[in-house]
Amino acid sequence: MTSPASSAPWGSAPDSAASEGSAPAPAADRPGGARLDVRGLRKVYPGSGKSGGGSGAPVEAIADLTFEVRPGELVCVVGPSGAGKTTLLRCMAGLLPATSGEVVLGESAITGPPEGMAVVLQEYGRSLFPWMTVAQNVELPLKEKGVPKRRRAELVRDTLAAVGLGDVAGAYPWQLSGGMQQRVAIARAAAYEPRVLLMDEPFAAVDAQTRFDLEDLVRALWKRLGITVVFVTHDIDEAIYLGERVLVLSARPTVVLEDVEVGLGPDRDQLGTRGTAEFARLRTHVYELVQQAKQGVRSLAEARLTHAVGGSDA
Amino acid sequence: MPAWALGGAGVATLLVVVELVPRLGIVDARYLPPTSQILGALAERLGRAELWTALGQTLTTWFTGLAIALVAGVVLGVVIGSVPWLRAVTASTIEFLRPVPSVALIPVAILLYGTGMASTLLLVVYASFWQVLVQVLSGVQDVDPVASDTARSYRFSPLTRIRTLVWPTTLPYAMTGLRLAASVALILTVTGELLIGTPGIGRLLGVAQSSGAVASMYAYVVVAGLLGVAVNLVARALERRTLFWHPSVRGEAAA
Amino acid sequence: MSGPAPAVRAGAGVGRVLRSGLLVLGLPAVLLTAWWVLTDGSTSYFNPPLRTIVGTFGETWFGSPFAESRFVQDVIPSVLRLLAGYGIALVAGIVLGVAIGSSRALRAYAEPVLEFFRAIPPPVMVPILMLFLGIGTSMKIVVIATGCLWPILLNTVEGVRGLDPVLRDTARAYRLGRVATVRHLVLRGASPQIVTGARQALSIGIILMVISEMFAAKDGLGFSIVQFQRSFAIPEMWSGVILLGVVGVLLSLVFRAVTNAVLSWYLGYRQSQHGGA
Repeated sequence: MTSPASSAPWGSAPDSAASEGSAPAPAADRPGGARLDVRGLRKVYPGSGKSGGGSGAPVEAIADLTFEVRPGELVCVVGPSGAGKTTLLRCMAGLLPATSGEVVLGESAITGPPEGMAVVLQEYGRSLFPWMTVAQNVELPLKEKGVPKRRRAELVRDTLAAVGLGDVAGAYPWQLSGGMQQRVAIARAAAYEPRVLLMDEPFAAVDAQTRFDLEDLVRALWKRLGITVVFVTHDIDEAIYLGERVLVLSARPTVVLEDVEVGLGPDRDQLGTRGTAEFARLRTHVYELVQQAKQGVRSLAEARLTHAVGGSDA
Repeated sequence: MPAWALGGAGVATLLVVVELVPRLGIVDARYLPPTSQILGALAERLGRAELWTALGQTLTTWFTGLAIALVAGVVLGVVIGSVPWLRAVTASTIEFLRPVPSVALIPVAILLYGTGMASTLLLVVYASFWQVLVQVLSGVQDVDPVASDTARSYRFSPLTRIRTLVWPTTLPYAMTGLRLAASVALILTVTGELLIGTPGIGRLLGVAQSSGAVASMYAYVVVAGLLGVAVNLVARALERRTLFWHPSVRGEAAA
Repeated sequence: MSGPAPAVRAGAGVGRVLRSGLLVLGLPAVLLTAWWVLTDGSTSYFNPPLRTIVGTFGETWFGSPFAESRFVQDVIPSVLRLLAGYGIALVAGIVLGVAIGSSRALRAYAEPVLEFFRAIPPPVMVPILMLFLGIGTSMKIVVIATGCLWPILLNTVEGVRGLDPVLRDTARAYRLGRVATVRHLVLRGASPQIVTGARQALSIGIILMVISEMFAAKDGLGFSIVQFQRSFAIPEMWSGVILLGVVGVLLSLVFRAVTNAVLSWYLGYRQSQHGGA
């Protein structure tokens, strides 16, 4: 039903993907990325005695998470399902108060949604305002931020063009396919000119081909804007393809199993990069870690990896 | 604090405020007697047959009117909805008649039927009929076209088609219509009793008003309100029961 | 080749317009004709010929001078009172509904009381409010406002409560302020339910407009109709019943035009939810 409508913007997607390799050229006036520190983060959901059929006992979602994301870095977070990935992201976004520990953005600890942070959620269909057009959705946070009108128009136009949606600015989100809706959410985040971008399994609900296009789009935007990106996913290949580093989480209550450096270089493409030996090695390694995590392994020392890692790890 | 305790606190607050406001002279006690007096009048009425007779009369009018409206609305709705040309021909007439306020019929009803129950019934049936009809029409329209084609290719007879296909889809809609109609019917039952003088709670309230028995007036308002709450609760429970069996029809969270 | 085709299509277009015109006007025309013909020779006191009713209509409501006609003296005051009461209920219902709907504790606290007030058949409030306000204009406006308030208020609460938590998170994450959140998220998101409540309230408001005048009044559409009935001016009474029906229909048309503008996004959204995913 949506395929005819979506064909045109898809057509433009490879362009943006292609431009990634040729002209990253970071502009001079970029705010740049900010540093993000997660220190001893712990989150326990209180037992719900009242309302709802939830069990009474408190649930420890995150046991103890400590890691840092350097300014301008793209870090992916993977883990088995139910590993508290979304909880982590909501804590980082200031949407959920931590039980203990803290998240520090730049110099200051996060207590609520901080300035200079944008979020792209998994439920694209529900994170866009259905009563606003695509352009209005992108513009609303800018208005609230006090961006002057002319600059707003410029940002909306440029970012929509950058995600290949220049021609549907006046459409409503629900008139677009799922992949296009997620592009709108990405455009809204990019236009906001954040210093940190958090993405929570943004492509979990789109089809495989669209997903490749969107992955390239994220890499392209990241390089162009020079911002810090934290990308949560359950897809191991996606994490390796996108990230400069991959944080592998344990099952609940969550700790970091391993912080894996991805040595795939700055320029990546779907065919070439995924075909390299390094990609395959990382993929095997992270896959094994996630399998171990599912079985309840909570530290690298405990993990029994059948494929040797040490040698090739630079 | 759990929700029911908060709700109880809310009710308690209302009772205390109504007790204090006239006692402190903020509002004239002749206009708003304190809670204790209203409840006292209510308790006294509850001990008399008069109130219970009136309650029975109100419920009879309400139920009869609602039943007529429900049957008429469902039958006409299914017939009109299942026949495309009937639907097309009647659409404008339904759209015109529906918003005609039922109270416009009060003088006509008095002329035709005097002050008996039939007068009020006319209002009740007219007002609640549209609620049911409109819901049933949209229910019939909601029948899955694929299932409809299947039924046709198996050469179901019209009656079988309605029984196995149209009615199961329409039932939840009819129940929503019933819920809406039930409260509208109660409003018009009481209106008819108040204005036309059909026997029931509304007429008792009118009598109390003309004899200046203010505490009794409030007591009857409380009775009417509790009656309304009961009607809403029952109608909602009925609706939920049928919706439960048809999660696909109205389920908001259906994947 | 290209010549005749548009002509054929134009012909089909005319046919379609004729057909839909026939569908819209056909049955009403048949019904009115039947009423006209069946009552034409009627000498029944209660059932005067439609010809007579139509004949008295203009004179009864629009008699000259126009400024003193019943339309200006009775109908317009009635409608203005309705709009005033309805407007008050709309503003109060939405403001209170947003406040109550936004707080879980407040909602639990207020809900049983609100349900009780909603369940009171609004006409029984007329005698009560007459105690406080007499039988003047203010009583009628307050009667209409209190009757219309509850469906708007409770539906607004329901709409605000049902807002998508993902949208709420999005608004928070982008640091939308309180005003912007209410304006762009809460009111728009709850608007389908608000409109549902407003629609129920409008028909209750019309009922109360008429009832408040039937109890005690010195002007108004409902008052006029009752007066005609009591003085056995039956054709005039019928003309008033018809006029009241027309007022009801016109108000619902205006209402629909307004809501279609407010909810245009919602219709498409609903359709996409049903057909698509």
